[in-house]
Amino acid sequence: MLKARIIPCLDVKDGRVVKGVNFVNLRDAGDPVEQATVYDAAGADELCFLDITASHENRGIILDVVRRTAEQCFMPLTVGGGIRTVDDVRRLLLAGADKASINTAAVNNPDFVREAAEKFGSQCIVVAIDAKQVAPGRWEIFTHGGRTATGIDAVGYARQAERNGAGEILLTSMDRDGTGQGFDIPLTRAIADAVRIPVIASGGVGTLDHMVAGIRDGHATAVLAASIFHFGTYSVAQAKAHMTAAGVAIRPVGP
Amino acid sequence: MATAETVAIIDYGSGNLRSAEKAFARAAAEAGTGQDIVVTADPAVVAAAGRLVLPGVGAFADCRQGLLGIAGMGEALEQAVHGRKVPFFGICVGMQLMAEWGLEHGRHAGLGWLKGTVAPMEPSNPALKIPHMGWNDLNLRAAHPVLDGIATGEHVYFVHSYAFQPGDPADLLATVDYGGPVTALVGRANMIGSQFHPEKSQAAGLRLIANFLRWMP
Repeated sequence: MLKARIIPCLDVKDGRVVKGVNFVNLRDAGDPVEQATVYDAAGADELCFLDITASHENRGIILDVVRRTAEQCFMPLTVGGGIRTVDDVRRLLLAGADKASINTAAVNNPDFVREAAEKFGSQCIVVAIDAKQVAPGRWEIFTHGGRTATGIDAVGYARQAERNGAGEILLTSMDRDGTGQGFDIPLTRAIADAVRIPVIASGGVGTLDHMVAGIRDGHATAVLAASIFHFGTYSVAQAKAHMTAAGVAIRPVGP
Repeated sequence: MATAETVAIIDYGSGNLRSAEKAFARAAAEAGTGQDIVVTADPAVVAAAGRLVLPGVGAFADCRQGLLGIAGMGEALEQAVHGRKVPFFGICVGMQLMAEWGLEHGRHAGLGWLKGTVAPMEPSNPALKIPHMGWNDLNLRAAHPVLDGIATGEHVYFVHSYAFQPGDPADLLATVDYGGPVTALVGRANMIGSQFHPEKSQAAGLRLIANFLRWMP
């Protein structure tokens, strides 16, 4: 049977990993390629780079990071952050990314998702949704890292993304992101049950039980986590063992 | 120029071939086969190569058109695979193209190398998402040299919404379960094809690639 996926996400700025790192034996803990190699060996099911480079001049650096990662890590790699055009998607895919995660540009121009999906195939187009609760059982899309409200209903937007050809949804709760209080389960479930494409739960993981809840209660098929791994709180192997013990079907670590 | 030691990964505009190139190069280095891995859109290279890899992502008809739209490529492939009988490995849509027919966005002829049809996956359980995306465990249906060291239960990485339904059960080497058996690996004579992505399947994928590089059908 298909297994739930655990996806570590690295925030990369100007080619460097931003969040703190406790891995031992790294020559350069700030090098995303070294980090990716560690996660590859640790049995992560996929990897995600979120490029948070601000300056336009440095935006090309992520391509080099992706290129070097693809030379060493033979696992699926999603890259998001600042993707605005079909050419941006093409460059990332040619560098070795498997999926491009489109956020703000998909909100501003839904046809961009359609165009990218037609050009490269739905399997490599992820639509990233940043949502905040605005009323009980109602969530809206926010852009620019959660600062800009759009008034767009998150569930309807997810359905539209699916119709436009997205192959997957990366769903982040802006209410929970960075809190360590767990995924927004009602949000995750509302979106996951509304679409046929896979949904990755993101934002708020603080414990291994949160990861279990994202799959079991939120109906996500994958969970994305950053801090919980980067700060060395838990290893991928611990997360997998915990989820397996809780009855979630997971790919075991190691040969 | 290509030689018998050349493994040609055919580039017909179907997405990212960098991962496939690097994975085949790594597997060749680890297996010590000394082969050259080249990515090429040149039918002359295909015609002379010792082994062929046909990747593919996107829609069936687009891929077919992209491949056969290269002048001389169809003939070079036919001659290599069915004339010289070089080992051939189709990956994802590259495997699907080996079928007689594909039913994605209409009914389109494939290369017709294997009996059967590529049809939409329609698991009856609505909780099963489409695309079938992620790691699933293989059920081996037949022994094959490319499966050396790979057992039932080994996980490999999938991402697809259409699946190959073999017309000849003898061609089926492995399946996975996703609301029923789904074709994962097929093989016939000097050809194999995987629905999953060996270049994205970590150690298990590299082993399968190395097995292919050593395979003498």
